[in-house]
Amino acid sequence: MSNYSNMTFMGYRRENGRVGVRNHVVILPVDDISNAAVEAVANNVKGTMALPHAYGRLQFGEDLELHFRTMIGTGANPNVHSVVVIGIEPGWTKRIADGIRETGKEVAEFSIEQKGDFETIRAASWAAKDFVHKATEVQREECSIKELWVSTKCGESDTTTGLGSCPTVGNMYDKLLPEGITGFFGETSEITGAEHICQKRAINDEVGERWYKMWKAYQDDVIFAHQTDDLSDSQPTKGNIEGGLTTIEEKALGNLEKIGRTSQYIDILEPAEQPRSGDGLYFMDSSSAAAECVTLMAAGGAVVHTFPTGQGNVVGNPIVPVIKITANPRTVRTMSEHVDVDVSGILRREMTIDEAGDALIDMIRRTANGRNTAAEALGHREFSMTKLYRSA
Amino acid sequence: MSNTPHLLVHEHDDNVGVVVVEGLTAGTEMFCCVTHDNSTFTLTAEDDVPIGHKIALQDFQEGDTAIKYGEDIGKIIADIPKGRHVHTHNCKTKRW
Repeated sequence: MSNYSNMTFMGYRRENGRVGVRNHVVILPVDDISNAAVEAVANNVKGTMALPHAYGRLQFGEDLELHFRTMIGTGANPNVHSVVVIGIEPGWTKRIADGIRETGKEVAEFSIEQKGDFETIRAASWAAKDFVHKATEVQREECSIKELWVSTKCGESDTTTGLGSCPTVGNMYDKLLPEGITGFFGETSEITGAEHICQKRAINDEVGERWYKMWKAYQDDVIFAHQTDDLSDSQPTKGNIEGGLTTIEEKALGNLEKIGRTSQYIDILEPAEQPRSGDGLYFMDSSSAAAECVTLMAAGGAVVHTFPTGQGNVVGNPIVPVIKITANPRTVRTMSEHVDVDVSGILRREMTIDEAGDALIDMIRRTANGRNTAAEALGHREFSMTKLYRSA
Repeated sequence: MSNTPHLLVHEHDDNVGVVVVEGLTAGTEMFCCVTHDNSTFTLTAEDDVPIGHKIALQDFQEGDTAIKYGEDIGKIIADIPKGRHVHTHNCKTKRW
């Protein structure tokens, strides 16, 4: 038995049995033109959170399915107590509200046509106020570590992420996945250069082959179909290059340190898809852009996100606490307000990866118990939808 | 470890290492550590190299392969003497 088999945290148990670590009342727009109403409701009723976004009109096919999956998954996330959904028309509004209702949580839906913003805001504000009263009476209860769903994605990486902060996350997964947690990693474009290693980290050949097919499809259908140059200003990013990363291969090898030495993934998820194969680690086909990736993993059901950074990515998420880990002493010196876990001792050989993993697990437990992360304290609520192609 | 390293190397097969201190200047006798087993060696830096950037552990010729994590991280596109800075000006991806 590891040191962590009896670990517990204080969480919010939801109607469907899942456990959240935050207790948000979300005001969710179906589409971009409902943002104003949603923000007005959140302004009227304190203790609610609006999630404005840029899309939701005239999308179709796989892109529309991803939009619905992201909206429903966000509302369904156990960090969300209840949801007020507002759309321009009732059809898609109902589809999203009903999708969230499958969790058993309370959802109220409103559409703007034939009422206008004023009447919609008035009615939605009453529903939001009722939800706030209910949410603030819910108590945390003791939950097993195995009920925690933890995602990871790194950002503004440099060579110190591969040396320190990514192996710290990997050590955490190597210790907690055997205890029954559910994990997520992804960043499809950023595995390029380490795909031969990633394929072998699947639980079996069948999953590994499905993973490779997914990765190859991204290379062929997105990168090679749309590239106009050698991507040298995008992947690695300018920040990565400033931090000393030279090639995508080098970046990918450091990135993959996040799944540790022994962890294996058991299945592959579409963007924003919820795991259905039981406890374990999942690869989510996802963008490597920080806000998009964290948004997709939150929609997939992760309740805590671990975010290694080298040069100092400042991203957060509205519903999921994002824990920042850095091993870069310059980033600790210049951007400490963004850092939750300082593992720069690894570079000085004063701290082992094992000790760093323990420090991260301690911060995950404290965060799950309610400690606000740096990103939460600083108001980083980046909510970014992934869009697959142009709307109709 | 009593000394704080200037340069970390992931694996013994690697031919580049990472500067892990700020303000490294040319001429510094670097204390280097291989993280795989904490073995150590020394190497003289031949350039001023920023924290996080790489230094050649061997003489490279154009067309060679840079190895880090024991893996191929790209092609060398200009000759690089041992101890000098390795980055986008002399090393490039093989992928895109």
